[in-house]
Amino acid sequence: MIAEAGLAALWFAGALAALQLALATIGIARGREDVTAAVRPVAIVQGLLALLAMVLLIYVFLDSDMSVKLVVENSHSAKPWIYKFAGAWGNHEGSMLLWVTILGLAGGAVAVFERSLPERTLVATLGAQAAIALGFYAFLLFSSNPFARLSPAPADGLGLNPLLQDPGLAFHPPTLYTGYVGLSVAFSFAVGALVTRDVGPAFAKAMRPWVLIAWIFLTLGITAGSYWAYYELGWGGWWFWDPVENASLMPWLAATALLHSVTVLATRDGLRAWTIMLAVVAFSMSMIGTFLVRSGILTSVHAFAVDPERGAFILALLAIYIGGALALFGARIGTVRAGTTFDPVSREGGLVANNLLLSVILGIVLIGTLYPIVAASFGVQLSVGPPFFNKAAGPIALLLVAVMAVGPLLRWRRDDARAVIRRSLAPIIATLLAAIALLFVRPGILPWAGLSLAAGLAVASVAPLWKRNLRRTPLFTYGMVVAHLGIAVSLAGMASDSAFTQETLVAVRTGEPARVGPYSVTLDGISPVIGDNWSALEARLTARRGTSARVMHPQLRFFSNPPTSTNESAILTVLDGQLYTVLGQPDGQGRWQLRLWWKPFVTLIWLGGTMIALGGLLSLVGRMRRERRAAMREYWA
Amino acid sequence: MKRVALWAPLAIFALLFAVVVSGLIRPAGTTIKSAMVGKPLPRFTLPPIVAGKPGLGSATFAEGQPRLLNVFASWCVPCIAEAPQLMRLKALGVPIDGLAVRDTGPAVAGFLRRNGDPYARIGSDAQSAVQLSLGSSGVPETFVIDGRGIVVKQHIGDIRADDVAGILQAVKDAQ
Repeated sequence: MIAEAGLAALWFAGALAALQLALATIGIARGREDVTAAVRPVAIVQGLLALLAMVLLIYVFLDSDMSVKLVVENSHSAKPWIYKFAGAWGNHEGSMLLWVTILGLAGGAVAVFERSLPERTLVATLGAQAAIALGFYAFLLFSSNPFARLSPAPADGLGLNPLLQDPGLAFHPPTLYTGYVGLSVAFSFAVGALVTRDVGPAFAKAMRPWVLIAWIFLTLGITAGSYWAYYELGWGGWWFWDPVENASLMPWLAATALLHSVTVLATRDGLRAWTIMLAVVAFSMSMIGTFLVRSGILTSVHAFAVDPERGAFILALLAIYIGGALALFGARIGTVRAGTTFDPVSREGGLVANNLLLSVILGIVLIGTLYPIVAASFGVQLSVGPPFFNKAAGPIALLLVAVMAVGPLLRWRRDDARAVIRRSLAPIIATLLAAIALLFVRPGILPWAGLSLAAGLAVASVAPLWKRNLRRTPLFTYGMVVAHLGIAVSLAGMASDSAFTQETLVAVRTGEPARVGPYSVTLDGISPVIGDNWSALEARLTARRGTSARVMHPQLRFFSNPPTSTNESAILTVLDGQLYTVLGQPDGQGRWQLRLWWKPFVTLIWLGGTMIALGGLLSLVGRMRRERRAAMREYWA
Repeated sequence: MKRVALWAPLAIFALLFAVVVSGLIRPAGTTIKSAMVGKPLPRFTLPPIVAGKPGLGSATFAEGQPRLLNVFASWCVPCIAEAPQLMRLKALGVPIDGLAVRDTGPAVAGFLRRNGDPYARIGSDAQSAVQLSLGSSGVPETFVIDGRGIVVKQHIGDIRADDVAGILQAVKDAQ
């Protein structure tokens, strides 16, 4: 009954999306305000119906309703409730429903909260949003129905992949999807503006908060995902350049570029066509990412199970939406009046450099991710790994960091190159000092450049606050400072991890110590532990450093549904890094394999990521406060 | 010219689309193509593992006659399953040599007693060193090697009844 209600909600939502698209199209083509007036309410109800479908899916998962196929395939009654809850989106159909739900809710939110956009452009935007939603509703209803029944119902389900049975699953996908799909709003805004030919500062100011929200969630989602992979997979790495990770990085790169170009459009009325282009590209990257992950086209290289039918469906949607938007761009952007121009040495110039470098990195990641597919069409099987990405994207990323350090020190419109160098003196000195100091520890060339530039960027990012009245400095300036500082912190963590990590693999008996970094780790004993739906062998390790001794408990965990084992790492976080321990197999002669890592300052990576998101949040709140104050002044004037 | 440039993004996307479609319509690869095919066997010399049967060196495979190199172990269950097919191949006149991976003499002797002995020679690969250099990731695997020491076929997994014809054909083709 509940499952049927969910399916019905999904059908109704799909029908409303069709209605929303039709109303918007007719209203704009005929200029009928009585027709367009209905678009907002329809968008809101459509979003709520999608939400209802998602809630009902979560309900059947919590209820362990084994007559629903999806629950049988991905859940088990003995699972802790949190994984039943989060398990609702830990599979193809559920994650696509979450995707569509966020898409619908984003459209609804635009309908409720967007007040500054001209009505015609807003209606066109909601029409575009409905067009996207319609395709993905069709995808769910025709080829990925999450509410399909199974008859006869089996006694119990097959269980959830143990690697996903982690609190990370409750947090990471919804955050990341909010970011991914939130970019659809920017896409729809761009399409709406192209339809009404209304591209200017007012449009950019209206679009900016939506881009910021999506970007904040995307940043958080990627950061959380990286930490999750780091502690759950037990390999001690935090980024693997695998296609699924790249699928989340590419929209982030495009959104970051968009965030900066939209500021140029809002403040200086420049970069009109480019901003529209980026808005289209950012969400296109989200859709391409979804396609790559969901179609199985990339894993097909490794001869795993694929589902070409679903892949073809998403691909057709991609062709319609991306192709359509780019065609509209080609046809319409020529008629959009050119914006104002500016000097190469200026804040705008810096932001253009930022955009170009981000685009180059995006291009590299895209090429690296798609290359196996291209190669396969010429009959060559290969995969592209970290060496390519690090070598190709690393130096450009460092160049970007240098530009990022100087950018905020530039004035709008026109600046004097010599004055800029004078203002950048402190960061340059910081970079050089760090570079010289690091010569004594001799990290590799990239980590060396990374750490030096991180020092320079850290100084440069707080420089905009120099000699300013800190209480009168607007909140969004603080946002920029915190976000840029976050990049410096994160970069320092990455460089430090790749330069100074120490790793050892040992087979030890009880009481035998092993050394890694500043720690001496002793195996005290192994004991069995029982959890909700797993049993484990748990090691008791004592990690000694100087006078301090800390106890750690890495586990070798066995799940019965489905039968799998996982390594649950134990991580000791201290101020100057992390000690990462993984328990391996016994050798049958009383010795146990232990894999130990000492990772100096690795936590900075995720601390930096969180700071970047926080910077975005400060910026968002600051911008909204300023808009509200401006509105109030207008009201009282 | 400027107006043409505006359509460039669409053109790039169309190109990308074509590539992805070609990737999607191509049937998914379910067979693993061996990287060893067409390459010479790595050089090795391995000691014998059971009494009365000589050890194995790579030189044996360059004596002019095509041979099979069967990677096996007494502790491997699928190896028991494929034993009758190896005996069939031996009866058809195909010379077979064995590579015993991480094994001991008594265990191999017991295995041959129970499941038959198709091997002309058996080398003891105690640390899997030769197995790895052959690009073999598990047991059992069977290589067809022509008379000049070049690998012409790598069969991964146990040889089933319907694989025998293909292997025999590869041996004939190599002659």
